[in-house]
Amino acid sequence: MSGGGDCRRSGRVGEAMIRYITRRLLFAVPTLIAISFAIFALLDLAPSDPTGQLPLTIPPETRAQIRESLGLDEAFPIRYAKWMEQFFVNEPLNLIERAFDVEIGDSDSRTRVISYATRSPVVDIIAERMPQTLWVVGLSYVVGILIALPIGIVSAYRQYSWFDQVGTFVSMVGFSVPTFFTGLVAIILFSVMLEWLPSIYDTTHRVMDLASFWVQIKQIVMPVMVLAFYNAAQLSRFMRSSVLDNLNLDYVRTARSKGIRERAVLLVHVLRNSMIPVVTMIALGIPTIFGGAIITEQIFRVNGLGQLLIVAIQGADIPMVQTLTFLFAVLIVGFNLVADVLYGILDPRIRYD
Amino acid sequence: MNLPTVGDGLVPSRAGLVPSRCLRTESSGAGDHKGRAGDHNAPARARGRPNGPIMATIVAAMVAGCGPDEIVEEFIVPEPVENRHVNILYWQAVSTMNPYLSGGTKEIEAASLVIEPLANYDDSGEMFPVLALEIPTRENGGVADDMRSITWKLKQDVVWADGTPFTAHDVVFTGEYCLDEEVGCSADASFTDVEGFEALDDHTVRVTFTVAKPVPYGPFVGAVTPIIQAEQFKDCTGLKAPECTTENFGPVGTGPFKVDEFRANDVISFSANERYREPGKPWMKTVTLKGGGDAASSARAVLETGEYDYAWNLQVEPEILEQMLAAGKGEIVMGFGTNVERLVINQTNADSSLGPERRSLLLDGTNPHPFLSDPHVRRALSLAIDRQLLVEAGYGRTGRVTCNIVPAPPVYASTANEGCREPDPEEAQRLLDEAGWVPGADGVRAKDGVRLSILYQTSTNSVRQGTQALIKQMWQQIGVETELRNIDGGVFFGGDPASPDTYQKFYADVEMYTSNFQGTDPEFYMAAWVCDEAPGPDNQWLGTNMSRGCSAEFDALVDKLAVTPYGEQRFETAKRMNDIVIENHFLIPLIWRASTSARAKSLQGVRMNPWDSELWNIEDWYR
Repeated sequence: MSGGGDCRRSGRVGEAMIRYITRRLLFAVPTLIAISFAIFALLDLAPSDPTGQLPLTIPPETRAQIRESLGLDEAFPIRYAKWMEQFFVNEPLNLIERAFDVEIGDSDSRTRVISYATRSPVVDIIAERMPQTLWVVGLSYVVGILIALPIGIVSAYRQYSWFDQVGTFVSMVGFSVPTFFTGLVAIILFSVMLEWLPSIYDTTHRVMDLASFWVQIKQIVMPVMVLAFYNAAQLSRFMRSSVLDNLNLDYVRTARSKGIRERAVLLVHVLRNSMIPVVTMIALGIPTIFGGAIITEQIFRVNGLGQLLIVAIQGADIPMVQTLTFLFAVLIVGFNLVADVLYGILDPRIRYD
Repeated sequence: MNLPTVGDGLVPSRAGLVPSRCLRTESSGAGDHKGRAGDHNAPARARGRPNGPIMATIVAAMVAGCGPDEIVEEFIVPEPVENRHVNILYWQAVSTMNPYLSGGTKEIEAASLVIEPLANYDDSGEMFPVLALEIPTRENGGVADDMRSITWKLKQDVVWADGTPFTAHDVVFTGEYCLDEEVGCSADASFTDVEGFEALDDHTVRVTFTVAKPVPYGPFVGAVTPIIQAEQFKDCTGLKAPECTTENFGPVGTGPFKVDEFRANDVISFSANERYREPGKPWMKTVTLKGGGDAASSARAVLETGEYDYAWNLQVEPEILEQMLAAGKGEIVMGFGTNVERLVINQTNADSSLGPERRSLLLDGTNPHPFLSDPHVRRALSLAIDRQLLVEAGYGRTGRVTCNIVPAPPVYASTANEGCREPDPEEAQRLLDEAGWVPGADGVRAKDGVRLSILYQTSTNSVRQGTQALIKQMWQQIGVETELRNIDGGVFFGGDPASPDTYQKFYADVEMYTSNFQGTDPEFYMAAWVCDEAPGPDNQWLGTNMSRGCSAEFDALVDKLAVTPYGEQRFETAKRMNDIVIENHFLIPLIWRASTSARAKSLQGVRMNPWDSELWNIEDWYR
């Protein structure tokens, strides 16, 4: 193939891809609006009361007054329209103002999305929680991938060997035992009996030197490993079957017959092709990192986004639940697109027409 | 403030160790530096406790407050290891530091470290002055003879943590802040019948009432109504109240600690308020109050792993708690206040075939319950219950059998109903036989086609479900059939008028929950059970007489109690009201529940207070 032809072709592909992405993004807008309405309507229909957790010494009239001060006595469409304005107009404007230190219009009278429980802007709390969740849940995802890929490859290459059998067993256990159980077992073993690791995550801890870094490692290792074990179990199974599918294909036989070394056959030819579905899996799983691992965060008191969501649900903090779930919806739609695009990059046979 | 009597005896040298802060160096001697120097030596990390940043905070605070010479001196003096940091765990995370905007126990108690009321209740339920000079009474002229006003004299020389003086204007401001309807103030029940507030001078406040108040200790008494600083909150009144995030998360106070960092629904870092009015207090330099998780794992963090020093509100099954205690790292602290787990017996027909215009509505008594309106049945249900068994199974040492709905304080506790302590299923059977309820072929009693079949609801909670199962068995033995139901607490206790599952709607025959009253006077609490307060659409289901039981004698006594001054006659009236409710079996008290928390063995000075904030005396905590 001539150099010029290659260039023209990749130019066409680039254009097609941009057109594809634009189309998908445009489609995403009505999808997201529909999702936001569905979430709001569901939350509104579900019986809930932000004063439900208050002590019974607070009389019902006071509760009614509190609900009124939260704006709960307003009609559903008004509350939904208010939230739309706050979330899609006021919050982005506020972000821009803060990022560039400018004032756009009458920023004092613009209302933000306010949590019922803390009476403070929801977006600020989410921003405060983001680092914890990204560190703990994100790290566990990375660790999970790093464990899963080699195990998956080796199990497939040495199918039905003792390594494969053990791997299958461990994955089955990891997949089927919930994190609230493995987490508790880890706490009882490492915190209560051995007293090696803290059972409570200190979110105010800052790493400043080697000693405080060691403290950070100690407090992060249990939640990360518990989650990584769970993630790795799923992913390694997936990797294994994908490699197995490829190992029996004609191009592998061709490569071997050409005299390519076995290591190169496996790690270059087979691996690249097997990674296509696995990368899609990984990309689709990234939004769950932001969703936090609700149960694991709760067990180790990591207090990230997952804990924020569960506390908000329990306390009927509707603006918080609404904003968080909608952000998750945005991430899921976004990473679906990313996965589709990655698919095309890894597999040139895929066309975006 | 009351000092811990036991604690003082245990550590005689404590006074010598108590430091003043550097800002007061003119009055501090060499001994003052010893305490602080100890902080540097405390090898917190060596114990695996993650408080690196706290150490940093201490160092930073010292650098900020002390001259360079003093720091050098402190490092020279070698001192014994001393840990002046306390880790507190609340399994419900704190959402705001402004209790007026929340009303939750966790917010009230966290805020009690920083902002204080005029008077508090101590652990025996006695009132004592905090920011007030003395408790106003009729004897000392603080309470007017017509009982329509109370005049508080304030302590002189109290300053806010920012150095400005605390005056009567702050008190007046706080009262008006809460009375503003647009705030949605959660403490406004404490301000019931208040006409207005007036600062007579800088250190005198008068609260006037629209009616005679025999017990005028609602406003500014107890952790529910602390004083906030007028200067800080002056632009945060009315509709602006929730917008003041900085103020609501970090109120300036007069209390022993001040907020260093507040993370909503996560963790709060406090440090000692160096301008606290009592010299040498608080003993602790810094406090971390962490939230999240559940009660059982909170208990574990104090009792088994020893990572935390204090854990709040441990409703954990007794056998699990005992097992954790065996690790020997901590102890349980308890206080019996007015929490009573009770059964509420529906006096109106809750049949699911009835429409919303009849179901569980009093309708002037024309809609009686088909069988629970029979007093024999209600009495039999109470007689059949073995309360001691319920205590042993679900509460252990943290619960006691009670036959009263007002179990404390002692002056208000009736002694007329002690018969309930011993179950008597034979008598229950006899009563039912006598009333014509005869067992059918399936063992369930019936009369005129009405079967004694009860729908029994409560909130979702493993201890409550255990109690439900036991009571079902006990009732089965006297020929009563029970269907159990549990509802998520947020829905059950939530006042959503659209939900059929709230405890106000009471679409069931029997329901169970715990309630209590604020402070030490039950007037407001019992007034909630008058006939008129039966929930229904006419009061948007906001009524408080859940049983829908009506007694003319009770209603008359409510009016009488409202004008009876504190004393023997008041106690007798309240006891009689308790007895009427119990004799009618509108409410069946089961268990008197303690406020239960855990403390590390090294933490001294903790005195559990069921009448006020549990952290009420944190300035006296030490190791």
